[in-house]
Amino acid sequence: MTRERAVTLTRIAWIAGFVLLLEAVCRLHLVNPLTLIPPSEMAATLWGLIASGEIAGDIARTFSTVAIAVVLAVAIGFTLGVAIHALPRVRQGLDPLLASYYSIPTFVFYPLFVAIFGLNSVPLIVLGMAFGVPAMILATLNGLDRVPRVLMRTARSYRLGRLSTLAHVVMPSALPYLLTGVKLALAYAFIGIIAGEFILADAGLGHAIAYAYDGFENRTMYALMLFVLVVVTGLNMTLHAWEGRVMRRRARA
Amino acid sequence: MSGSAALPATGPRGPWLLDGLVTVVVLLGLWQALHAYAGEAAIASPLAAFRHLSGLVATAGFWSHAGATLSAFAGALAISALLGIGLGLVLGLRRFAGEVAEPILAGLYSIPKVTLYPVILLVFGLGIGAKVAFGVIHGVIPITLFTLTAVKGINPVLIRTARAMRLGQAETIRTILAPAVLPEIVTGLRVGFSLTLLGVLVGEMFASQRGLGFLIVNGISLHNVQQTTAVILMLVIVAVAANGVLLWLDRRFIHRAA
Amino acid sequence: MAVVALSADPRGAMPAETREIHASLRGVTRVYGRLAALGPLDLDLVKGEFFSVVGPSGCGKSTLLDVLSGLGRPNAGTVTFEGAPVEGVPDGIGIVFQEDASFPWLSVADNVAFGLRRAGVDAAEIARRVDYALGFMGLTDFAHAYPAQLSGGMRQRVCIARTLVTRPRLILLDEPFGALDQQTRLLMGDELLRLWRETGATVLLITHALDEAAMLSDRIGVMSSRPGRFIEIVETGWPRERDSRIVAEERFGHITARLWSHLREESLKAIGKAGRAP
Repeated sequence: MTRERAVTLTRIAWIAGFVLLLEAVCRLHLVNPLTLIPPSEMAATLWGLIASGEIAGDIARTFSTVAIAVVLAVAIGFTLGVAIHALPRVRQGLDPLLASYYSIPTFVFYPLFVAIFGLNSVPLIVLGMAFGVPAMILATLNGLDRVPRVLMRTARSYRLGRLSTLAHVVMPSALPYLLTGVKLALAYAFIGIIAGEFILADAGLGHAIAYAYDGFENRTMYALMLFVLVVVTGLNMTLHAWEGRVMRRRARA
Repeated sequence: MSGSAALPATGPRGPWLLDGLVTVVVLLGLWQALHAYAGEAAIASPLAAFRHLSGLVATAGFWSHAGATLSAFAGALAISALLGIGLGLVLGLRRFAGEVAEPILAGLYSIPKVTLYPVILLVFGLGIGAKVAFGVIHGVIPITLFTLTAVKGINPVLIRTARAMRLGQAETIRTILAPAVLPEIVTGLRVGFSLTLLGVLVGEMFASQRGLGFLIVNGISLHNVQQTTAVILMLVIVAVAANGVLLWLDRRFIHRAA
Repeated sequence: MAVVALSADPRGAMPAETREIHASLRGVTRVYGRLAALGPLDLDLVKGEFFSVVGPSGCGKSTLLDVLSGLGRPNAGTVTFEGAPVEGVPDGIGIVFQEDASFPWLSVADNVAFGLRRAGVDAAEIARRVDYALGFMGLTDFAHAYPAQLSGGMRQRVCIARTLVTRPRLILLDEPFGALDQQTRLLMGDELLRLWRETGATVLLITHALDEAAMLSDRIGVMSSRPGRFIEIVETGWPRERDSRIVAEERFGHITARLWSHLREESLKAIGKAGRAP
């Protein structure tokens, strides 16, 4: 336990040290203030932006887009995962596709999505799902594959039907893996959607950052970056901690 | 209870090739359907894209763009691999440092790194430097994490075996450590390969005048959807082919699977 | 097949008139692909007896349990339980597996209640039976713990309790203590004897441990190497009231020695076969 604490404290010290170093480097004018501004100023500017409600629209836009993409990715990925698991021949056929899917730089499709769906949230949602759906499919397959055989035999020894086995044995057993899929779908949706907004969009946090960069508004740009990094890291860590709790409860001594 | 052992052995190659073929045909069909639904202005048909691509690869201008992407990508991948493997080895061997760093790296892996691109542009200026740097920040983390996990996960009994056989440090690294971590590192390089390429392309899609990423965005702005579709098609073919070769090498020589 | 009474001790021999057949296998065969795993094999389980099956590894002991429980079907022959042919797991049979089969997402109490909840037993009755089973297996203090917090032996107790609450009339155990250390095994053996006496159920125990079989059973079936058949059925003649202390008795040594004299040869055959396995 003490070792664990030492690790955590060291990690916090490193992050704090890094922030302080940035602060010092900026305050001592070792870097051009046009390139980098001190973290304290980023935070102050961000506070101003939030308090004034200036970025509320962009925040709402990005978060609603991400939320829709995650919900759709999880629902579609889960459904497809269950279906593919039930059809071994289809699964074998999809193997080459799944093996090479993540080697494709999916993001290059984004301009096409814009051409097809127009300059609105739809191409962003599709882009967010393009990363998340396969992750959820793979997580679902993984979870279903790893239901211990002895638990399935136990279900049969209690004479459970198909649905009852699914609800009371298969799904609870697969849950931690499904959670991993949700975590990945969320991270991928943020990555895809903010990148899409950054390259080509009419609103959203990614768009606001690119807009601030083009307009040489470094303060706004850094404040928005800080916001995105802090919020996304916070959300990822929350899901990660949740997943860790479920996994730990299951971990065999 | 080895019931499956009695079944006739089917070579994995035959059905795999057929499945790949069926997958390609289905995807082409879906593409054609999407083209029919969205129209000529939104996405070129497969046939038109292939035709445009064959015309495109005959022009010198295309190769200058492809060369720009390739040189940025090669540089970024080399830096990612060296940095990632080195960092991964150090963090894997120093347990405490590894435990401190791993969650930070995992956190960095899952944030939208595109938001950092303006900083990189401010530091490196427009040009190949920024593209390489952006490729590196995408590629280096997975390579580091895979290497770290591989080194950390070496079965301690292997190390004890080396000590029982009184192998020297260099010999231990050469005969035990390196072969033990190689498969994971190769997997890390495969993932790093894809993400580095993604990083370089995204870099080119934003504020760049050269490279394949630029051609994709440029095609959309000029309402030249055929150009965009053709370049994407080429990238997908190259990425899938490269991944296939790496996967094959991995299975054939590293994991020594049947 | 020879039936041998090892001792003429009248305490152990069951009177012929009380020998009611509880479950039986007739000419049962199981084949996996081209591999003959089991039989043809006959077995009559007497109502209320403690029967153990020992045999060399890979002889089809677990297949026997599969077929008897209805988890698997024989390729030939008939299986009956309480006079009815077995198709799927019949009501009245409880199974404890070799692997840890506790549900990691349920607390100990919820694990134990699992079968009753699925069967739609009313809540008050469930609470009563679960409390009893937890108390019987010494799990009361761990009712709200999760399996991951327990040792392997405690988890296996959870699985036994989970079977116990459904009040099975025939309990099948497939090497339930296989993963436990020797001391824990002996103590779990005592628990099992106590459970057998208290419930009056018929018990069939699959085991690879000769001492376990010799200590716990009324009768022990010795199986041949694959395809498994019974080559001898040994009657131990132990009194119904017994516990692990009988290992100190002279007869315990005789029984174990007799089992081993058969098994040594069969185990050597099994190893020879394994060397040439397909």
